[in-house]
Amino acid sequence: MPGMPGVDAVTQRARELIPPEGVITDVARLRTYECDGLSHYRVVPALVVIPEDAAQLAGVVGACAEHGVPFVARGSGTGLSGGALPHAEGVLVVTSKMRTITAVRPDDQRAVVEPGVINLDVTRAATPHGYYYAPDPSSQQICSIGGNVAENSGGAHCLKYGFTTNHVLGAEFVSPQGDVVQLGGIAPDTPGYDLLGAVVGSEGTLGIVTSATVRLVRLPEEVRTILVGFASTDQAGAAVSAIIAAGIVPAAIEMMDALAIEAAEAAVHCNYPDGAGAVLVIELDGAAVEVAAEYDEVERLCNDNGAFEQRLATDPADRALIWKGRKSAFAAVGRISPDYIVQDGVIPRTALPEVLKAIAELSGTSGVRVANVFHAGDGNLHPLVLFDESKDGEAEAAEEVSGAILDLCIEHGGSITGEHGVGMDKARYMPRMYDEADLDTMQLVRCAFDPDGISNPGKVFPTPRLCGEVPGRHKGAHPLQEAGLAEVF
Amino acid sequence: MEEAHPTSTAEVAEVLGDATSRGLTVVARGRGTKQGWGMPPTSADLVVDLSGLARVLDHQAGDLIVDTQAGALLSDVQDVVGTERQRLVLEETVPGTTVGGALATNTSGPQRMFFGTARDLLIGVTVVRADGVVAKAGGRVVKNVAGYDLGKLVIGSYGTLAVITEAVFRLHPLPDVERWVVTPVDGPGRAHELAQAVVHSQAVPWAVEVDLPASGPGTLGVLLGGKAEGVADRAETVRRLLGDAAEVTDTTPPGWAAYPAGPVLLKLTFALSGLRDVLTAAREAGVHVRGSAGAGVVHAAADDAGALDALRAVCARHGGSVVVVDAPDDVKQAVDVWGPVPALDLMRRVKDQFDPEHRLAPGRFVGGI
Ligand SMILES: Cc1cc2nc3c(=O)[nH]c(=O)nc-3n(C[C@H](O)[C@H](O)[C@H](O)COP(=O)(O)OP(=O)(O)OC[C@H]3O[C@@H](n4cnc5c(N)ncnc54)[C@H](O)[C@@H]3O)c2cc1C
Repeated sequence: MPGMPGVDAVTQRARELIPPEGVITDVARLRTYECDGLSHYRVVPALVVIPEDAAQLAGVVGACAEHGVPFVARGSGTGLSGGALPHAEGVLVVTSKMRTITAVRPDDQRAVVEPGVINLDVTRAATPHGYYYAPDPSSQQICSIGGNVAENSGGAHCLKYGFTTNHVLGAEFVSPQGDVVQLGGIAPDTPGYDLLGAVVGSEGTLGIVTSATVRLVRLPEEVRTILVGFASTDQAGAAVSAIIAAGIVPAAIEMMDALAIEAAEAAVHCNYPDGAGAVLVIELDGAAVEVAAEYDEVERLCNDNGAFEQRLATDPADRALIWKGRKSAFAAVGRISPDYIVQDGVIPRTALPEVLKAIAELSGTSGVRVANVFHAGDGNLHPLVLFDESKDGEAEAAEEVSGAILDLCIEHGGSITGEHGVGMDKARYMPRMYDEADLDTMQLVRCAFDPDGISNPGKVFPTPRLCGEVPGRHKGAHPLQEAGLAEVF
Repeated sequence: MEEAHPTSTAEVAEVLGDATSRGLTVVARGRGTKQGWGMPPTSADLVVDLSGLARVLDHQAGDLIVDTQAGALLSDVQDVVGTERQRLVLEETVPGTTVGGALATNTSGPQRMFFGTARDLLIGVTVVRADGVVAKAGGRVVKNVAGYDLGKLVIGSYGTLAVITEAVFRLHPLPDVERWVVTPVDGPGRAHELAQAVVHSQAVPWAVEVDLPASGPGTLGVLLGGKAEGVADRAETVRRLLGDAAEVTDTTPPGWAAYPAGPVLLKLTFALSGLRDVLTAAREAGVHVRGSAGAGVVHAAADDAGALDALRAVCARHGGSVVVVDAPDDVKQAVDVWGPVPALDLMRRVKDQFDPEHRLAPGRFVGGI
């Protein structure tokens, strides 16, 4: 590769460490890695390596450190914020050959897995023992645990069970210097700073996870999935509030509006209630008697709030059909629109009616259609902004509406991302949510882990921090005694 | 030693800015209930007393969140959110604890088994850095992956990274009823078997606690909470698992959520399957053990630190550790309070970034941080 001596050196080192098929330099093959799930960002990496174990991976990262070459980790490439977007002069480190489930330890309620292991495979391995892995992103059939850890991924069931960060207890981790370190472990509360807590959700900017120790959760005795039809999202939202106010924490409460339902019907024929302005998918799980009692209450609360149809899934096939409509919703809008943006924002749940109304107004004035799918229980919105690339100005208009939705989230005290991450896509929005000091402080962590800024550079933060610099020193003494803030004793 | 009594984040920032320009070492204090924990700081020119930041700022019942100043008593937070039948599931293991103190020392109680610990409940945090800069991370919504999770870093950092001034937590509904199922156990073997039986049941236990004195019989207690019908049924399931001697009660068992008492307090962690070995080692060492059999975290009370090495060996075998939480200074000086700490080098680098002059509680934390 002319003009990239660092990459050449890393390539050479990689060839010494990794079998030939795991070192890719051929441009045509490099191109297959040019994007993740957010496919309008594309960059062809200078080199792709597919290590088979942590030692090979650490060796490559060590060579990157030595030669100052940036590297980007990639799991399954399903990320929706451009987190795994390659660096043109860097190495893409792909974990797809690190797919061993190292241990399933039901007695300890833990599993130890390599980063390339597919999310659903952890549950498959644990189920025979009566356990499962709780975080369940809709992409769980293809996304990797390493990607989940990096994004702190959520799923429909995180309302009750929490996110990836609540389920990862330990990790083996390759620092941007190429050192293999242990963070956390199989037992809780490892002494020292909770570095693992910082690494989870850091989107590959602090190093690469080469093994994760995850919590396994006991399968519930009973699961009830209910599909509820309402005339409007307002009614559905009111039902959600009533359920939460009654002290019930369902495993999941998902909402879809009319346009999202239309798309799902077209794609997977999930047979949702006719003419519904909104549906809720509510799942209750736990001990059988408790679930039965909660079900009665949920049914009543939905009726009180105007539900016109309620369907209880009684067998796994029915339950799967209900979930199919919801889980396929992103892809389904492809049926009703040639192009779409999947937005991911969060609002306090109680702001739902107000924000939905504002989104409808945005859509009305701009003429851009928005289908709403969301994790209603925790206020995580996934507006799907529809457009047709081939029509002049539509992409820009959609982009504008999508950005305005994020502003709505921030205005209402929410977040610019609930689970898809900041990545490349939303780095520029970070200053709308955090001030300079906040971002500067977060980047102290970056400087501790990766002072040279070679681990997934350009993601998460709009402007990198120079790690040598000492920030905002306060000079001159404050007359604290006079102000009555300090006393000498 | 000086003391400062700020009443707001801005005032804490002013105090720390001033301490920076004067080069003072700083120790933060809530109500001082755990001030002796960790190693004694090697220097403390200024104590920043946070008891003036005692306000619970905002409770949004519909969103199940509370925003509070760090000097507020945990019990005050519970009183505020309790009016809407909600609670913060951060149990008070040391009476009089403040929010900031609980976070800085990462204390946890029995219900951590089901609800997790501070790291699972804290959704937003405001801190003041050693140099007086105010920074926030997280926010006021439960689900949020924007930026690094600084809250996790300051939890359990013993005031060595920054001073926590404000915290936002997710809340849970207060259960309609709570029931304990308690049975006597004659020793480690029985305690282990019963704990495993309950942990792996589908009765959704909220806590599985063991209390085993240095000698003689102990108890195993299981907490269940929720709606009345459900709890009654789950309690019955657990009672059957625990055997004939088990009793269902609606009163809190003695010693529940309290650390065992003794001059030396140890925190032992281990993978769940190690419970029998850990309890056996504790028995052999003659220490009283109490804690979360269902989470792999127990505390031991001892007269001295004589058992430390033996306990460390057995906990390490089960993937865990032993920390000397509290002890007379002479004991602390004589032993390795924190034990082996993996990734210490990275931790030092984090400390160096946040507090380059090592002025925040110097020496209190792992590896002399
Ligand atoms: C149809 C669809 C549905 C989805 N539904 C959900 C959902 O419900 N909830 C949700 O949260 N997300 C969802 N996602 C987003 C995506 O699947 C998740 O973010 C997932 O965790 C990404 O995993 P991955 O293996 O594909 O990671 P990649 O896309 O390959 O990488 C994601 C990020 O992780 C980093 N990374 C990857 N591996 C490692 C490692 N070993 N160490 C360090 N960093 C690493 C990368 O650098 C990148 O920044 C969905 C995506 C699609 C396409």
